[in-house]
Amino acid sequence: MAKFKYHVLVCGGTGCRASQSETIAANIKRAVAENNLANEVQVIKTGCFGFCEKGPVVKMVPDNTFYVQVTPGDADELVLEHLVKGRKVKRLLYVDPETHTAVSDSKHMDFYKKQLRIALRNCGFIDPENIEEYIARDGYSALGTVLEQYSPEKAIEVVKASGLRGRGGGGFPTGLKWELTRKSKAEQKFVVCNADEGDPGAFMDRSILEGDPHSVLEAMAICGYCIGADKGLIYIRAEYPLAIKRLKIAIEQARKYGFLGNDIFGSGFNFDVTIRYGAGAFVCGEETALIHSMEGKRGEPTVKPPFPAQCGYQGKPTNVNNVETFANIPVIFLKGADWFSNIGTPKSPGTKVFALAGKVNNVGLIEVPMGTTLREVIFDIGGGIKSGKKFKAVQTGGPSGGCLTEKHLDLPIDYETLVANGSMMGSGGMIVMDEDDCMVSVAKFYLDFTVEESCGKCSPCRIGNKRLHELLDKITLGQGEEADLSRLRNLATVIKDTALCGLGQTSPNPVLSTLDNFPEEYEAHVKEGKCPAGQCRALMQYVIDPNLCVGCTLCSRVCPVDAISGSKKTPHFINSMVCIKCGACMEKCKFGAISVQ
Amino acid sequence: MAKVKIPVNKVQELRVICKKFNNDPGELINVLHEAQNLLGYLPAEVQEIVAEELNVSVAHVYGVVTFYSFFSMLPKGKHPISICMGTACYVRGAEKVLEEFKRRLDIKVGETTPDGKFSLSCLRCVGACGLAPVITIGERVYGRVSPEDVKKILDEY
Ligand SMILES: Cc1cc2nc3c(=O)[nH]c(=O)nc-3n(C[C@H](O)[C@H](O)[C@H](O)COP(=O)(O)O)c2cc1C
Repeated sequence: MAKFKYHVLVCGGTGCRASQSETIAANIKRAVAENNLANEVQVIKTGCFGFCEKGPVVKMVPDNTFYVQVTPGDADELVLEHLVKGRKVKRLLYVDPETHTAVSDSKHMDFYKKQLRIALRNCGFIDPENIEEYIARDGYSALGTVLEQYSPEKAIEVVKASGLRGRGGGGFPTGLKWELTRKSKAEQKFVVCNADEGDPGAFMDRSILEGDPHSVLEAMAICGYCIGADKGLIYIRAEYPLAIKRLKIAIEQARKYGFLGNDIFGSGFNFDVTIRYGAGAFVCGEETALIHSMEGKRGEPTVKPPFPAQCGYQGKPTNVNNVETFANIPVIFLKGADWFSNIGTPKSPGTKVFALAGKVNNVGLIEVPMGTTLREVIFDIGGGIKSGKKFKAVQTGGPSGGCLTEKHLDLPIDYETLVANGSMMGSGGMIVMDEDDCMVSVAKFYLDFTVEESCGKCSPCRIGNKRLHELLDKITLGQGEEADLSRLRNLATVIKDTALCGLGQTSPNPVLSTLDNFPEEYEAHVKEGKCPAGQCRALMQYVIDPNLCVGCTLCSRVCPVDAISGSKKTPHFINSMVCIKCGACMEKCKFGAISVQ
Repeated sequence: MAKVKIPVNKVQELRVICKKFNNDPGELINVLHEAQNLLGYLPAEVQEIVAEELNVSVAHVYGVVTFYSFFSMLPKGKHPISICMGTACYVRGAEKVLEEFKRRLDIKVGETTPDGKFSLSCLRCVGACGLAPVITIGERVYGRVSPEDVKKILDEY
């Protein structure tokens, strides 16, 4: 990146692209050319900056001015003011919600202050479609060093010493997994990268692949050298077209530069990577199911042992790691195992990437040292709850995890603490909920998901989850009884104990954790027929206040089911037997006469 | 499975796709992806051809097609609408948006309007959670959709 005076970085992540960041980049390019700056200014489409809430994001380097919520129409002004005249475009700067002052450097934004970016180190800094930019940031030098200076055993020792644990959810020590796969004797072995990311509401792995695909390829090659494999496979969701495109480009470029292929760095080591596509099945994120899917079969899991390290893809020893796990590997070799193990907590070293979403002010992709508290993440980085509402719960671990509450906010984030409190790390989805969210409905939402995604192979998961879902449905419809709460708990415990794979074993967690943390909410549903959050439609009643209603008849005209009666200029009445609770009347009423009870 | 006749030239192309993957049964999912790209969906006849080419049973192909939600045995509408039902979208009101689409189009999830113009489906997370709730129509992504926006969006097509 030597000869240009300025670099304009435009976020090319999926979120910002959905808000026209491609057009923004094109317009800036055009404006740059029109102002005869094409030789001085380079426009780069990067991976995700993380601050999705305020996207599309445009950053000016070297002065690090961070523009937010840019539109295609802003391009000319940005170029003319910032690049030609050297003046900041104030109206596009981020405004700190507390101090109401504009902050121009992202370093000083609360959103970034507490973050530490290791896995995301290059996301938002480099053009992911240009291998030279990765190389300029020490890319592939870890691979070079390992091949030239380390024996496979010694390299595995480094990974073990770093204390890195799997970021795909389970937290299994990565170095140990590599060692086990190395020790399995076989002619052929495989390295697999799990990029299935099925947790709804999570986009960490996708962002890494979109923003820094080479870091994963480099790590896979290092892994291949360590375990004795010459083939790598990336199993990626078909729903991620941009990540797939960038991976393909990255693989091509890495082959051209000799970082993949035969005799890498003249070491005699051969390694190549191919891509396999998922086809929309959550269970395929589970490693044994994933392997079956890669073999062109139905993605049904099998009992472990045998572990993939012994018998995996095509029956050969296979090392499966998550995208984020791999993204950490090159840095560990560049900066040393000690450096890494000193970050985070003793048992969970390093950082974790989270997709922070839901009812927080700053939705986005964040990376924090392990041991950071949930409060810091939600209130400092996340900027607190949207619209001044009250925090109610935070869900981690996706459909396998649980809901944590106010009393858990000061717990440090690490594998053991989350599990001990009824949730789990999972792959990194973190959904924040406020007072308007009904916890029974949330549990039902996750069960909806597991019922649909259950592969059907074992009966506890196939039938048990269905029954759990029916019970929750009954409760949200106001037909629940007290005995249903113990039925829920018993059934959930049985499923946990008897299901075949991780999907079924963890699917009752959202139910159990909400039962534990919000018992009063379940009780309100079954005892009083009330939904405290006002979300369960069947438990709501729309009523017209006769003192406020002027009889304009608007509500009775919009009602799709003719549930509202009354003549002109007299108060109207809603027949709750007919009402479908669509809320159309309440939206239309100009006098605030309609409310929910 | 109702019989659908697909044009001869498409059958030819389908066989070429299978050849491209060396008629390897291990590549079945990749083959099905390309077949669906070619035809828009995977009717019984397509599955029979793929089974014959890869030398596996039709039951095996059918088992795989029905296992994965990405594969469809029914044709989609000209403008396929997908509502993101990821958790982030869910807590920001995706369900209400879905209800509104169902009401306006008068179809259920998984169905196509009688004129073949729109079809409706749900998907799990497009990954644009910052824009929740999100819907996609074809390739286009719409963010921060509220039930009131639905009519305006449909009118674009
Ligand atoms: C139902 C289920 C879904 C899973 N989904 C994913 C996933 O989307 N991505 C992932 O990396 N691991 C997922 N896993 C964990 C994998 O089975 C496996 O442990 C992981 O890929 C190992 O890599 P790691 O040690 O680097 O975490 C899932 C597990 C289960 C039981």
